[in-house]
Amino acid sequence: MSDTAMTRREWLLTDRPQSRMQARLGRTYLTWRRFTANKLAVIGLGIILLLLFVAATAPLLAPHSPYIGDLRNARLLPPSSTYWLGTDDQGRDILSRLIYGSRLTLQVIVLVAIIAAPIGLLVGTAAGYAGGWIDAVLMRITDIFLAFPKLVLALAFVAALGPGIENAIIAIALTSWPPYARIARAETLTVRNSDYISAVKLMGASPMRIVLRHIMPLCISSLIVRVTLDMAGIILTAAGLGFLGLGAQPPLPEWGAMIASGRRFILDQWWVAAAPGAAILIVSLGFNLLGDGLRDALDTRSGGQ
Amino acid sequence: MTPALAIDKLRVVYDDFIALKDVSLTVAQGESFGLVGESGSGKSTLLRAVAGLAPVTSGTIDVSGQRLGKTRDKAFYRQVQMVFQDPYGSLHPRQTVDRLLLEPLDIHGFADTEKRIQRALDEVGLGSGFRFRYSHQLSGGQRQRVAIARALILEPSILLLDEPTSALDASVQAEVLNLLEQVRRDRKLTFVMVSHDLGVITHMCERLMVMQSGEEVERLQAGDLATRNVAQDYTRNLLVASEGFVRGG
Repeated sequence: MSDTAMTRREWLLTDRPQSRMQARLGRTYLTWRRFTANKLAVIGLGIILLLLFVAATAPLLAPHSPYIGDLRNARLLPPSSTYWLGTDDQGRDILSRLIYGSRLTLQVIVLVAIIAAPIGLLVGTAAGYAGGWIDAVLMRITDIFLAFPKLVLALAFVAALGPGIENAIIAIALTSWPPYARIARAETLTVRNSDYISAVKLMGASPMRIVLRHIMPLCISSLIVRVTLDMAGIILTAAGLGFLGLGAQPPLPEWGAMIASGRRFILDQWWVAAAPGAAILIVSLGFNLLGDGLRDALDTRSGGQ
Repeated sequence: MTPALAIDKLRVVYDDFIALKDVSLTVAQGESFGLVGESGSGKSTLLRAVAGLAPVTSGTIDVSGQRLGKTRDKAFYRQVQMVFQDPYGSLHPRQTVDRLLLEPLDIHGFADTEKRIQRALDEVGLGSGFRFRYSHQLSGGQRQRVAIARALILEPSILLLDEPTSALDASVQAEVLNLLEQVRRDRKLTFVMVSHDLGVITHMCERLMVMQSGEEVERLQAGDLATRNVAQDYTRNLLVASEGFVRGG
């Protein structure tokens, strides 16, 4: 508490901020308040934070090795006190594999988001702002990518580049940017002729500066929402590629690949496939809830006032 | 003396629509020139063409004796600035006042930004308490003051005013007009002001041009409007319309 008897909350919510930092923090706090008003979104955030925590501390959390199993004594054991989620056909602890697998899942998600979202944002805003033939060329390329079914195109890429988790990530990233480009372009078109962009133009700003500093910040919130909602789809595509044997290769504990290997015993030893399936379900759900909450919190139209 | 702004046979065509038909005018330095007309008469298009926001099909524009090309350079924007009609649409929704005012200084490479922002806010009568507010935390009049501060911060010699007060209510309108009058006196600015409000134009401008569907109707001195010394029927109709609704006897 400061000596002016201002609570921290009042300091954040003041309509007369004294510094750039205070204005920014105040705005962030308001967004946070809108976000936390949605209980389901907070649950989603909790799931994602849990995923991050598990991935970060995997060696400490995992009770057994994710790669080396006890082939003689522990094949396909049902859940018990030693093996909480049972063991797979190689005698490996499924819980440990799930915990290590969270790292792969995070890796896929983060890399895809880092690659696809900026490409989409750049293509979309450039096309929307430039207009004319640049717009036409960029959008036709986007259309071509959109016309392919995602998984099929990813399959083609993996077939060309060879199976493996890195190639799966590249393939998913290359197939997931077109929707982002579309969104960014649509947002750009709504603001490009607005007076505030004209005003910046009248300041003598270059087109590059206008796009990067004035248009992109307006597109980013809807893009974040869309990327978050797509995370579930990305996880499923990665799992799908893993399931088809084109993503992560054995013995990597990728969740999709784990389901694929458990498929053979699904009737007698259901836990082998059910555990990674549940993990995928929970994480996907977490991202969907988070995305939904972010949509409400970041919406400029309802959130401006 | 070279005129601040000289426009010769300016034509603006959007696809098939001729927004401006060969309009010519000259504005002397330090003068305040008004453009009057109904919606769609091309008066805003004229301003936007000067600012480089509307495509010039033919004709020429000279600013302080310098012929303008297809693209405007940074030096031009140091000379000519514009205030837009709608204060709710002319401020970036995600930027603080501080950021809005910093941007032009940053683009033109000014060093003493802190001082200039402070001075710009003082000049338009907004204290530093407004500096880190977002535009949605401001009223319409305050927003228009910020827009004026932004236009003035580059110290232009010509200010284009596109109905700067029509979106504001009457009392705030007067405040903003007085502010504009004052900065014009203090800085010896040249104004080109668009309005459909004849009262505002008579108050602010020495000379004015009446426009209709992209063409000049007639040119008047401000006094002519008050004494009703007008030649064209269209202007007469505008005058009658500006007096508002009169109850029939």
